[in-house]
Amino acid sequence: MQEAATTIAVDRTLGRPPGGERLRLIARNVFPFVVVGGIWEIIAWANMFPRRLFPTLEEVASSFVQLTISGILPHHAIDTVVRLLSGFTLAGIFGVTIGVLMARSRRAEDIFLPLVSICAPIPGLAYAPLFLLWFGLGNLSSVLLVGFVSAFPIIFNSWTGVKAVKEIWVRSAQSMGADDRRLFSHVILPGALPYILTGMRLGLAQAWRILVAVEMLAAVPWGLGWMIFGARKFLNTDVMMAGIVVIAVIGLVLEKFVFRKIEDYTVVRWGMITS
Amino acid sequence: MTENGQSLRSMMRATITLAVAAAAYEALARSGYFAPALLPTLGNVAHALFASLADGTMIEHAAFTLYRVLFGFCLAVVVGIPLGILMARFQRIEHFFLPLVSALMPIPSFALVPLFMLWFGIGNLTTVLIVFYAATFPMVFNTWSGVRSVNPLWLRAAGAMGADENSLFWKVIIPGASPFIITGMRQSFLRAWIAVVGAEMIAASDWGLGWVIFDAKEFLNTDVMLAALIVIGCIGYVFERLVFGSVEKATVQRWGMTRAAKG
Repeated sequence: MQEAATTIAVDRTLGRPPGGERLRLIARNVFPFVVVGGIWEIIAWANMFPRRLFPTLEEVASSFVQLTISGILPHHAIDTVVRLLSGFTLAGIFGVTIGVLMARSRRAEDIFLPLVSICAPIPGLAYAPLFLLWFGLGNLSSVLLVGFVSAFPIIFNSWTGVKAVKEIWVRSAQSMGADDRRLFSHVILPGALPYILTGMRLGLAQAWRILVAVEMLAAVPWGLGWMIFGARKFLNTDVMMAGIVVIAVIGLVLEKFVFRKIEDYTVVRWGMITS
Repeated sequence: MTENGQSLRSMMRATITLAVAAAAYEALARSGYFAPALLPTLGNVAHALFASLADGTMIEHAAFTLYRVLFGFCLAVVVGIPLGILMARFQRIEHFFLPLVSALMPIPSFALVPLFMLWFGIGNLTTVLIVFYAATFPMVFNTWSGVRSVNPLWLRAAGAMGADENSLFWKVIIPGASPFIITGMRQSFLRAWIAVVGAEMIAASDWGLGWVIFDAKEFLNTDVMLAALIVIGCIGYVFERLVFGSVEKATVQRWGMTRAAKG
């Protein structure tokens, strides 16, 4: 799990160039997409593949606009995000609690660690049919599965994080007369926060990946995964592409804006990692 | 208490926990509160596991899954490492590929399964491509960061000692980046392993562990599902711990580099 922390730290060093360079930077970032889009257009117009299977970008854009205006796409997207957040909230609450317990009490560690390390390496989606049988098709099993799967990285990271809190901080807080509660909320929790946030980030990414697949399997009435899967039956490749674009955008927003912001407000401000 | 005694006690406790969990599960399964088809007893699961291992079907399924995952993973390594190195060494290539990579990375591989099914049909090709897609990005990203984070002092030192481009690359940059590259391989294998199970479920072919689980659901064969889950877990564990663990030991740990990678 520490490996992830390293990669994140590395990508942070990129930084942002000053204002004058901005326009050139944007142009440079857009250029590859223009090239790939152009190649796509040429292949689509050349009719190398059947048009139904390989739509032009205009078709994708127009079905995207149509679906958005008619409210179908937002409805799918909102349902998916609600499912993601409820599953992830479950994972966050249980994951952090179990992780912290495991790190603070030897008994809890002995009880939970074997169970967690057996269940964690199995790919989340492999549990999906089992959850479907136990909890039925629909919302309940997809939310539970998302929570279950994304809890593991959170557990592992909170556990390592609390264990990595420097012994000297704990001791100096104790010698300055901090009681257990204050020790926990003022020393241990902030000290472990960089790890916990990394775990949440990994958990969210995992939840997002699993959720899309679960929606395909669990036959929920609304959801982006289901939309893509349903569109396949009618050969609506343009709808599928539009759905994939929305999925990519939501994933990017979650990663770049939500977690970056949380990190900036907490651990970066406290000077625990350099931004 | 000595270190040894501690770990012994931990192991004892772990065994006790597992035994208690198994007993609780068994009690639940035998209580008749849930349908036995949904919650098979451990005996039944073990029986299903051994029966399918004995007649070779489970092994064949596992072989198909492994073939797909390794094929896709090798493709990802073959494409990902050179691309990552090129991106790190040449700015022009970095400027072209980095936006593409960061835009494609957040798309879950499963979202592409229906599309790939339309394009490439049902079967091996789709699964391998999904695995490839899932595994490439961690590979590219880690290689890229690894080569970039090679200590410039080493490069200059090697240059000052008269290393030419070729030996600089093979003797300094590649070993320097190897902790990251191995981490990348590890991450991408993990992703590939997740992707293959999902792809096999959705793009139902006729062999593969993911397909076994999904197919068993249709017939309420929960014991077969659990047996396949055990096999999946074991294979994942073997690769994660034994294969990558020993690769790491043979290379970066022997060169004394893990510290640099983690720090």
